[in-house]
Amino acid sequence: MPERELTFAQAVREALAEEMRRDSSVCIFGEDVAEAGTPFKVLSGLVEEFGAERVLDTPISEAGFTGIGVGAAMTGLRPVVDIMFGDFLTLTMDQMVNQAAKAHYMSGGHWKVPMVLRTTLGATRRSAAQHSQSLHAWFSHVPGLKVVLPSTPYDAKGLLKTAIRDENPVVFFEDKMMYKLKGQVPADDYTIPLGVADVKREGDDITLVATSSMVQVALGAAVLLEKEGISAEVVDPRTTWPLDEKTILDSVKKTSRVIVMDEGYGRYGVAAELAAVIAEGAFYDLDAPVKRMGAMHVPIPFSPPLEDVTVPTEETVYKAAKEMCAKS
Amino acid sequence: MSTVTAKPEASREAASEKDKWLRAYRQMVRIRLFEEQVNELYTRALMPGLAHLYSGEEAVAVGICEALRIDDYITSTHRGHGHCLAKGASPDRMFAELLGKEAGYCRGKGGSMHIADPATGNLGANAIVGGSVGIATGAAFASKRLGNGRVAVCFFGEGALGQGSLYEVMNLAQLWKLPVIYVCENNLYNEYTHYSETTAGTILGRAAAFGIETAAADGQDVRAVNEVATRLVKRARAGEGPAFLQADTYRYSGHHVGDINREYYRSKTEEQRWKTDRDPIKLQSNWLIEQRYADAAALEQITMEARAEMEAAVKFAVTAPYPSVDQVDEDIYA
Repeated sequence: MPERELTFAQAVREALAEEMRRDSSVCIFGEDVAEAGTPFKVLSGLVEEFGAERVLDTPISEAGFTGIGVGAAMTGLRPVVDIMFGDFLTLTMDQMVNQAAKAHYMSGGHWKVPMVLRTTLGATRRSAAQHSQSLHAWFSHVPGLKVVLPSTPYDAKGLLKTAIRDENPVVFFEDKMMYKLKGQVPADDYTIPLGVADVKREGDDITLVATSSMVQVALGAAVLLEKEGISAEVVDPRTTWPLDEKTILDSVKKTSRVIVMDEGYGRYGVAAELAAVIAEGAFYDLDAPVKRMGAMHVPIPFSPPLEDVTVPTEETVYKAAKEMCAKS
Repeated sequence: MSTVTAKPEASREAASEKDKWLRAYRQMVRIRLFEEQVNELYTRALMPGLAHLYSGEEAVAVGICEALRIDDYITSTHRGHGHCLAKGASPDRMFAELLGKEAGYCRGKGGSMHIADPATGNLGANAIVGGSVGIATGAAFASKRLGNGRVAVCFFGEGALGQGSLYEVMNLAQLWKLPVIYVCENNLYNEYTHYSETTAGTILGRAAAFGIETAAADGQDVRAVNEVATRLVKRARAGEGPAFLQADTYRYSGHHVGDINREYYRSKTEEQRWKTDRDPIKLQSNWLIEQRYADAAALEQITMEARAEMEAAVKFAVTAPYPSVDQVDEDIYA
């Protein structure tokens, strides 16, 4: 299997291009997805290869074109709908929550909605409160949706190909700060199943369960911890629904300490849910209470020194882990 | 390709005209009698949930759906029984769904407001006002992309004119020349509020602003609706783009069956006037008799057959079993 180094953005584009070559029902629409290739340039070159009939620029109408995606998915296409900033997901909520998520169940299994909603998450881009949120917990809360959070170029390609082939609505979150991250990616066709976590680093003393942008933070913290003689295991669920509880619980049972890290808000969020899963499934194996680390419960501020304290960093995770390991 | 002379051709046309309008009459009667049974089931507490009756508006659903192919798509509303029947759903499985039975169209998981049926192109009734405008437009997008010639009809009430997503998808439908027809059933009331209190400007002016083909039809006249619908469907199928049809009609009952005391928003005189002067079934029956397509006895026969059909369908639904509880988490994911 030939591997090359690709950026996260290139891996996403390669997944889309391969799926569009493989299946003529796959099409893309969203704001500035064609010639512009999105503001992040993730889609550059696709309209040139696949034409304006399959890569369509839309008006700035997130609710409208997401709804069109739902209907097109029900009737024979596999749309990949592009929502530029995850903050704009608020405008798609009725279509995703009341329509896409429920069409299959509500019709007694008759209709299917094989669509992907690709969007972004993540702060620290100096974009302020309406371009920095991580709202994947909202979609993880809704039965009928699947939620994917790739953290490496390899995962991005394999998971996106699976998401496109899935028969259900899948919301696919890309950390916009990660588009330039490089990693080894096979040049050929491979997929990664949804609902299978990945142990990104093995360790014995503490588990860091981390999603999306937080995986790189956890890996950085693990390096700092290693210098203190603390061996951290990093578990990346890769999808919040379906959720691979077993891999998470197996790790926690082994290490007996755990921090859950997610860039969404910690309260009522993905970190809260992961903490609850661990409390229910591994309580008697724990030597310390589960710790949540997520975005601070504030709207994301613009000013750099303010924004920087709203999200967990290698340093804050390192300190929290060290303290947790010292206590017991 | 035909070698027959003009005369038999004309008589065949007359026969098919007769069959067509008798069929439309039958369809309207079936909807009316279906809804009478719903009212009965609901008031006898046999039907859980909510019941929004379509009585009075039959000519719209029938006039439109008689202009469609079986594989054309529709999306419907919370007041959707008429659309489902007009598109070809069978009443037994509809009643079963209304009662939450496994034999229902959605295996009991959808109920009155969510009947969906791929076999008749019914993408689903929708309980969010304006909630299906994207789905219908998306179905039209898929039809165009796949080249299958299907048209999508999006039924909604005038209450949905307040929803912004309608304008988003109309803009897109016109830009992309999609084969979708937006059918606004103006029954005058957004639930309990007259539409004049909620609707600035004109209804057709909204679609006209996008350059969409607009048309109006008397929603109590099944032939008028069908004539307009036939033209709009033809041009949509030919790739000439979307259309918007305003059909003025009237909701005989309250917003739902429990909406009994309505005088604070409309008078009994007004209701009676529509029922007496503008009833779509009466208007069609008078016309059929005038045209000598049928006599009163033949029309009464149609009613009796429809009544027997609905009674049998109710009986089927009432005695049908509920789904087993272990089905509760089936079909969340495909």
